[in-house]
This record gives sequence, C-alpha cells and structure tokens, in this order.
Amino acid sequence: MIGFVSYLVFFLTVALILGIATLGLNLQWGGTGLFNAGIVGFYAIGAYTFAILTAPPRPELLGNFELPWIVGVVGAMAAAALAALITGLATVRLRGDYLAVATFGIAVTIQLVATNFEALTGGTMGIASIPNPFRGLFATPLANNFGYLAVIVVILAVAYVALERIARSPWGRVLKAIREDEVAAETLGKNTRSFRLQAFVIGSTLMGLAGALYASFIGFVSPFDFLPILTFQIWAMLIIGGSGNNRGAILGAVVVWGIWSVIGAAASKMLPVQLQIYGGAAQAMIIGLALVLVLLLRPRGLIGERPVTSRHAA
Amino acid sequence: MIGQAIADGLLTGGILALGAIGYSLCAHMLKFANFAHAEMLTWGAYMALAVITFLPAGQPIGPFSFGWPLLVAIVVSCIGTGLIAIAADTLVFSRLRKRRANSLTLVFASFGIALILRNLVLFVWGADAHYYGQELQISLEVLPNIRMMPDQVLVLALTVALVVALHLFLKYSRIGVAMRSMAENPALSQVCGIDIAKVVRWTWMLSGALAAIAGVFAGLTVQIRPEMGFNMLLALFTAAILGGTGSLFGAVAGGLIVGLAESLSALVIPTGYKAAVPFGLLLIILYLRPQGLFSRSARV
Repeated sequence: MIGFVSYLVFFLTVALILGIATLGLNLQWGGTGLFNAGIVGFYAIGAYTFAILTAPPRPELLGNFELPWIVGVVGAMAAAALAALITGLATVRLRGDYLAVATFGIAVTIQLVATNFEALTGGTMGIASIPNPFRGLFATPLANNFGYLAVIVVILAVAYVALERIARSPWGRVLKAIREDEVAAETLGKNTRSFRLQAFVIGSTLMGLAGALYASFIGFVSPFDFLPILTFQIWAMLIIGGSGNNRGAILGAVVVWGIWSVIGAAASKMLPVQLQIYGGAAQAMIIGLALVLVLLLRPRGLIGERPVTSRHAA
Repeated sequence: MIGQAIADGLLTGGILALGAIGYSLCAHMLKFANFAHAEMLTWGAYMALAVITFLPAGQPIGPFSFGWPLLVAIVVSCIGTGLIAIAADTLVFSRLRKRRANSLTLVFASFGIALILRNLVLFVWGADAHYYGQELQISLEVLPNIRMMPDQVLVLALTVALVVALHLFLKYSRIGVAMRSMAENPALSQVCGIDIAKVVRWTWMLSGALAAIAGVFAGLTVQIRPEMGFNMLLALFTAAILGGTGSLFGAVAGGLIVGLAESLSALVIPTGYKAAVPFGLLLIILYLRPQGLFSRSARV
C-alpha cells in the first residue's frame, strides 16, 4: 500500500511538472498558434540552469554555486526566456514554420552543449546532488515527496489562474485574434509581432520553470534526461487534452503520462532485456500515432476550447 | 589539412544538397516545413539495404565497394520512398489540406509522422549500425594531400549529374512546367487544366526519390543507423533556408555551404559541437537575409 502511494506521489509530481510545460505550450500553440518544435530545449535550459546555480560546488565544474532554491528557479526561468527571445527575435518577422525550424535547432544545440561542455554541465556524467527544499526535512522520503508535490500543485495552480486571467484579458484576446487571422489583427492596429514574441517568451519561460522543478525533484540531470521524445510527449499532452484549454492541458499531461508509464512498465516487465528497445520504440510510435489520429479525427482533443462569443454580440 | 577538410565538406555538402532539394521542392510546392523529410532519407537507406540482402552478392565494380545489387537497390528504394511520401500525403496531408487547415497544422502532422516512421525503422531493423558491404577500400590521392575513397568520388559526381538532370526536368518537361506553375499560383494552374493532384504526387515522388538517394549515399559513405536522417534534419533545413526555399541551385549551394562550414569548423572548435554549426548559420541567415541567399523575392 505504502509502495503504491509513494509511486502515485512520484507519478503525479512528474505528470504535474510536465503539466506546467504543457500550459506553456498551450499559451504558444493553443492561444497564439506558434509552433514550438524544441520544447525539450527550453526544459533542459531550465533544468541545467537550476542545477548549475544550486548544486554544491565540485572542483572540476565551473558552476555549482550552491545558491538558494528560489534563486535557481528564477534563474532557470530567466535563462529559458533569454533563449526564447533569441530564437523568437530571429523568426518573428517570418512565416510560422521558421519558428518551428529555429526551435528545433535550439533543442539540438542544447543537447550538444549538455553533452560536450563538460566543465559546465558535467558532460554525460551530468550534475548530481541538486537540492530539493524537502529532502531530509521530514522523517520519511514519502512525507518529503508529499511536501514537494504540494509545492508543485501550488505552482501549477498559480500558473493556471494567471493563464486563465491572461486569456480573458484584452492581451489574451489579441493573441487569439492573431491565431485566427493575423492580417485582421494587424489591420486593427495591433503590433502582432510584439504580441507573438511575448506569448512565445512567456510560454518558454514556463517550460524552463518545469525543467527546474524536475531537476530539483530528481536531484540529477544528464543529457539522457532530455531526449527529443519529450517534445513529442508534451505535444501529445496538449493535443489529447485539448488545445486552447488550460484544464485540457493539465488533464492531457496526467492522461498521457499515465499511458506512457503503464506501457513502459508493462514493456520492462514482459520483454526480455534484448527486446527492451522495442518497448521504447512502441511507446514512441503510439505517441506519434496519437498525435496524427487526434489531429485527423478529433482536433478538439478530450476537452477542447470553449467557443467564446462577445458579450456585445446579439 | 584545410584541403582535406574542404574535400570532406564538399562530400557531406553534396549529400545534404540532395536532401535539401527534395525538402525545398516540397516546401515550395505545398507551403509547409516537412519534419518527416529526414525520415525519408533513413527509409531510403534502409530500403536499399533490404533489397541488397535479398539479391545475390555481386562482384564489386572497379574500385568501388559495391556491385550491381546496390544500383538495383537505389532504383527500388527511390520508388519505394516516393511511395511512402505519397502514402503519407494521401493518408494525412491531403485530408488536412481538404479541410483548409493552416500550414502549421501540416507542420504538426509531419512532426507526428516523423516520429512514427523513425521508430518503425527501429522496430524493423533494430538499433545497430548496418553497412551495404564489407569491402575495404583504398583511398585515392585525388589532389596532393587530399585523399578520398572511390565511393566518395562517385557520390560527388553523381550528385552533380542528378542536379543537372533535375534542372533540365523542371525546366523543360511538362510535369516540370506544371510544378513550377502550381508553385506560383495553384488556382490559376487549375484553371489552365493542370491536374493538381497529379502534380502533388509527382512532387512527393521526386522529393522522396532524392531523399532516398541522399540516404543511400550517406549510408555508403558513413553508416546506416535509425537516427541518421533525424541527425541531418537541422542541416537540411538550414541548407534549404540558406539557399532560398524553392530554388534548386540555392539548395545545392546551401547544402555545400553547410557541409563546408561543418567540416571546416572542426579546425577551430571541438568536433563535438559540429552539429551545432547549422544552427549558428540558421540564426545568422534568419536575422540577416531570411529569404535566402539566392532568392529573388523579398517576401517570406
């Protein structure tokens, strides 16, 4: 029973951390129609920045400043925002596919830096003993994990409420107008480039935040934690949950992470070691199939966007 | 040292150019960035491998590492890869186009298709590296202090021949003219009696076949791996954007520039960062000249 509860806490913590990243993607894609093909890049930037700022010093590493937890989180968000600003500024004048290509590029590059810049990132050995505010606070690891889950829930709730308010504000309505018809929005005098850039940076900042929270939870980062599949997973979470709906994004995160974990557990139980690789391939193919099928058959996803009519209409 | 780096860069660049032409053609005709294009390279390489294992082993031709089976395999793989591309279009892209989905929805679909295709390769052929043959080759000194394998020389020569043939095809054949017309203005082309569906099928076939050849060449000069296409995707995008989407010689120039930049970069930065070079080039071109180096139109 205790085993099950502690697994459930672990599962929910990861799922809700990914949910924060999915909320970020929902602002970009669901809210504004921006295609981010390098979510894992921003997530990794957040995780590594957090690790470099907060982990205890090691002589062979440049970073590891052992700064307070909150400094790490804020720093992670700032680093992700900066990366988003660089890619966003390069592509904001161009058609949407260019942002897709540029974000894909940043994910590839971050993976390379994480693997090769050993003095900063620890290379393939990664960075260990990343602090968590709850580690060793209570008597049992379960209680500590519960505490951290509570923190995640609070952060998720704050992000959710803020995004909901943003979506209803004049700012959010401009984003939606850009998504539906950019020329029309521009004709109404809105600086669509600036709005798109803002939405992109805020969304990527949330992805960086998610990465930092993940690093703090697991206590260890290495390049193998940030494989390209993560980008696809977060896309699947948003699309299956319902693009354009923040509750859908969170629901999708829990559902998709649940399915992924069940298949992964089943594969590692049932398949012999030499066939394990097929389990991973099957997981990835299911994600890909889910993306394409939902797009073709049920673009709304599980919940989908609620139609909004102006209160001045009719 | 520099001479050898230039020779290696030209070789990679030639392969990238073939991939970038196919991508650029599709992006120009159908107006979306196809993330699944890289998987066409992978599938091309593996399909040729499958054909070779079924054919009796032939004697190597001249100084090359392969015999006639590989030539048969390239033809079969071109058609097969083209058919995969057409199938993806029929099953997914054409349905979305009918729904008048915007171009980013197509990008998104291609993203999902890429994941499926990539992992299907893993399923069928496993994660290990494969080779077309076990023959060892002796490198030739083509210029003073520059050595290349006979296979590499052939790949470069074939790339040049293919680009010239493709240029003539697009310029003079009926299909080629129809393709250029549709890229300019689909509605007007349709009014003029051009069968749009047929032109789209031809586009996918050509783009798939070019990708297959690029994949086989990459497999021949390096090795065949499930992630070989995916690892080249960023370089392909960069080459196509550098050249200006839709421009044939632009894509060739883009491919060569990216290939050369990657291989020359190894002289100044650690080789681990080689794969980040295309991203640097991409950012520079997007900031300074997003329409590409060789594009006449300023609109993007």
